Amino acid sequence: MHAETVSEKKAAALAAFATLETEPGVAKPDPILVVDKVVRRFGGLTAVNVDHMEVQRGSITALIGPNGAGKTTFFNQLTGFDTADEGDWTFNGRSLRGVPAHRVARHGMVRTFQLTKALSKLTVVENMRLGAQNQRGENFFRSLIPGFWRGQEDEITERAEELLERFKLDAKRDDFAGSLSGGQRKLLEMARALMVSPELVMLDEPMAGVNPALTQSLLGHVKALREEGMTVLFVEHDMDMVRDISDWVIVMAQGSVIAEGPPDTIMADHRVIDAYLGAHHDAPMSVEEAEEQLQEAEAEIEAEIEEKA
Amino acid sequence: MRSAVIAFTAFLGGLILFLAAPTAWADGEALKGTLQNQGQPVSGVKISAVTDSNAPVGDATSDAKGEWSIAVPKPGTYKVTLDAKTLPSGVALKFKDRSSLTLQVYEGNVRNVLFPLVSAGAANQGGGQGADTNTDTVWDELAQLLFDGLALGLIIALGALGISLIFGTTGLTNFAHGELLTIGAFIAYVFNTAGLHLLIAAPLAVIVAAGFGYGQERFFWGPLRRRKTGLVSMMIISIGLAIFLRYLLLFIFKGENLPYEQYVAQDGIQLGPISTTPKGLVAMGVEIVVLILVGLALMFTRLGKATRAVSDNPALAASSGINVDRIIRIVWAAGTAVAGLAGVLLGTTQILNYQMGQQVLLLMFAGVTLGGLGTAFGALVGSLVVGIFVQVSTLWIPPELKTVGALVVLILVLLVRPQGILGRRERIG
Amino acid sequence: MDWNLIFTRAIEAGIGTEAVIYALAAIGLNIHFGYTGLLNFGQAGFVAVGAYGLATMIATFGLPFWVGVLTGIAGAVVFALLLGIPTLRLRADYLAIVTIAAAEIVRLVVRSIALQGTFGGTDGLEAFSDGFYSMNPYGPGEYGIGPIGFDNRTMWVLTVGWVLVAVFCVLVYLAMNSPWGRVLKAIREDEDAVRSLGKNVFSYKMQALVFGGVVGAFAGFLFALSRAATQPDLFSTELTFYAYTVLILGGAARVLGPVIGAALFWLLLILVKTGMEEAVNHQVITFISVNQVGAINYMLVGLGLVLLLIFRPQGILGDKREIALDAR
Repeated sequence: MHAETVSEKKAAALAAFATLETEPGVAKPDPILVVDKVVRRFGGLTAVNVDHMEVQRGSITALIGPNGAGKTTFFNQLTGFDTADEGDWTFNGRSLRGVPAHRVARHGMVRTFQLTKALSKLTVVENMRLGAQNQRGENFFRSLIPGFWRGQEDEITERAEELLERFKLDAKRDDFAGSLSGGQRKLLEMARALMVSPELVMLDEPMAGVNPALTQSLLGHVKALREEGMTVLFVEHDMDMVRDISDWVIVMAQGSVIAEGPPDTIMADHRVIDAYLGAHHDAPMSVEEAEEQLQEAEAEIEAEIEEKA
Repeated sequence: MRSAVIAFTAFLGGLILFLAAPTAWADGEALKGTLQNQGQPVSGVKISAVTDSNAPVGDATSDAKGEWSIAVPKPGTYKVTLDAKTLPSGVALKFKDRSSLTLQVYEGNVRNVLFPLVSAGAANQGGGQGADTNTDTVWDELAQLLFDGLALGLIIALGALGISLIFGTTGLTNFAHGELLTIGAFIAYVFNTAGLHLLIAAPLAVIVAAGFGYGQERFFWGPLRRRKTGLVSMMIISIGLAIFLRYLLLFIFKGENLPYEQYVAQDGIQLGPISTTPKGLVAMGVEIVVLILVGLALMFTRLGKATRAVSDNPALAASSGINVDRIIRIVWAAGTAVAGLAGVLLGTTQILNYQMGQQVLLLMFAGVTLGGLGTAFGALVGSLVVGIFVQVSTLWIPPELKTVGALVVLILVLLVRPQGILGRRERIG
Repeated sequence: MDWNLIFTRAIEAGIGTEAVIYALAAIGLNIHFGYTGLLNFGQAGFVAVGAYGLATMIATFGLPFWVGVLTGIAGAVVFALLLGIPTLRLRADYLAIVTIAAAEIVRLVVRSIALQGTFGGTDGLEAFSDGFYSMNPYGPGEYGIGPIGFDNRTMWVLTVGWVLVAVFCVLVYLAMNSPWGRVLKAIREDEDAVRSLGKNVFSYKMQALVFGGVVGAFAGFLFALSRAATQPDLFSTELTFYAYTVLILGGAARVLGPVIGAALFWLLLILVKTGMEEAVNHQVITFISVNQVGAINYMLVGLGLVLLLIFRPQGILGDKREIALDAR
């Protein structure tokens, strides 16, 4: 990794974190997202049990943890894709408990998915246009009279084209999204999320399945989000990426936040190492869980082999 | 005195036939009955039916077993008249003023009509007394309905089991499953009319049905899946197949209502408050045994475990050395065999008709959905709930609307618990 | 064999009342299934609600024709809402089962003896179409070109019907080429993605269900008016399945797909039916009876549906890359 000049925004983010304790649930100077006592159970299994967590505005925060730690489930709770059994969380001071997913997005908290959800039977530019908010033509009655929405559609298209250019997808503008490569789909999904004009971007494993050639460009785009004043919270397995771009790292294991801190110190934290090495030693497992873990462990090993290769 | 007892028994016998024949979910409406005196069939008696506006509908003559039936074009009110002049000498109507009965035939109902007969001379001049002895309490009625509901639920469960296993292993919602019941029933009919006793024809039909199911998967659904045909596509293909099979049966067997050669009419038996027939009990016994066997097989045999593994996660099952294609073919064979058996048993308690399977398809779907799509045990529970609900609901709603009640409940349950009774929620993202 | 008769009947069927009715029912289905990916197997229910809404208001309650029309439309909207609230959050296969159940509930309720006074039981309702035919601009007589012709009542039904088809095609074209339609097509592919972009998926699905349902109700109006009667068993699940056949034949997610599909479906159906009947009557085919022709005809419909989905799921007009058939 080549040396880079620390940007103003990055410096600001780092400064905010400089004096913080590295304890789970530590209060941040200017939190955009505050989570309190969120619990999600599946049958007898408690998938998520986060006591307290804050995300600093204008930072890039990584959410890491071994497989089955409940990261994606936690994401689903926060973004309204699943209902939490208990707890509350606020975004910009507004409670989002029980708020449906589409409203969460409209409030400015937009997520992407682990398995990319590019809409493959829509063209790239239609994918982008879909992200725009308050399009008058999305009302049924107004949609029947093009005069109501044509002008706005042109503005949206213009904005979409700028983003496509920035994400180097402008050449694919009129292709079906299904014809894109895995990495390009990730880029499209991120660009489409930006069409919503979010304040907080939540990326679920942005690097999963991405061709190494595209990794750098994706990393650059994530950093650029912070430069534009957005906050990023992302789930990732790739430790190099976490170290490279995050200002702060939150570690989850068995549904709870077990450690927080700057990337360099967190990697050496014994709680984190324990979690990764012995996450499931003491927990009784059902046959299905065991199978799932086995599968995930295999996937991890494969991923590591690929990384080294 | 003795003849009065006999007459009463004959009356009860007819009543039992009426109550025990769980035919009410069929669409072909008809009137039918069995004429008996002192347990012996009375043949050659002419019976005619007219509509409430006196338009003739048809007539029939009781056969060697004392049976007669008149198909009616649609539900409604009919007047059925027994021509007393055609009664053999020495036999008379028990109630002389009851040679004409006005009856309501509901949708899908094969209405049993009872003309109690006695040996001449013992006829009751006053009439009506026999009916008064039948004072069911609500509890007796409930017991009877629970029993009927169980009988219906078990039939549904047999069909639902196949739907559920096939859905679990292949993801296909098979709209042609009703036709698998019908085909099973008709295969048995072919063997039966070719001279084999039903007790031989039925197992043969189940074996042929299993072969049909295996072949269907081997040469039709399997290749379609390998072509990467989508699930919605396959669902609509199954609708096309259902239409094709249904009209093929209509083409071959015409639209007539056909009975098996054996066990058409049986004297009823009384178990406490519950009236039934021996064949009804045997059918239920067979159903329970088959369901238990399938359940045990799923729980404890290698094949059963493999089937559940494939339902759970086909890719993982394949990677752990299970031959998924083979499992699916066996599931199809077993599912079709069980459906065929359900068809045969349905055929013994009601008349065979090319639509008989289609008419219970929605109830099977209701059972499967209620239990949670793809969970075999859920399908069993759901089916029994549906069967019992359908019958018991007639305490409060008109019998013609009992299916409506079950379907409304299905929708309401899904509103509260979208994954069904025993289903699991899916992971998102 | 009278080839003239066979072709005349086939062409009349291709532009006749059945074709119009099925075109409208399938336009509604196209909005549900073709564009939004909603596996509505209860379109017969919407058609029934339209037909009975109209017929009941006029025949049972003696209200004017237009009240009947408005009731049918309102009924379809209410039916869509009732159906949508429990089902639109469910997976596609659950939706299919629940919608088919709901359509059967409608049919069983209108044919019930308990409500015979209102809906006429199995006999259905009559004497509600005078208001419609009193507006008929065609004088008594036959109208047609060459051997193809219709009487004045049928002409009126067809004129209204094809105008309605044209109007709904234009509406569908406008809606589906707008941002509204874009949201529907996105939902067809991946609801969660659309949700994450701030769209209320449930609301859009409901709007699509209502829109398509109302078009289905118009099919019901024409169904009832063209026969001057309604019978509950006309609205069995087979109506829905034939409408699906029509839609897939013409091409799902294409504005004109249902129209081409309906015309061709009825043309072919009657061509084969009349052809076989003629062949049997003239002893060209001897091993079946005329009564069995109907059964063979519907066997062919089933077979046709199977073969279409296997070999040409996009139908005549469709784009294979765009249809929802490979989705769950």
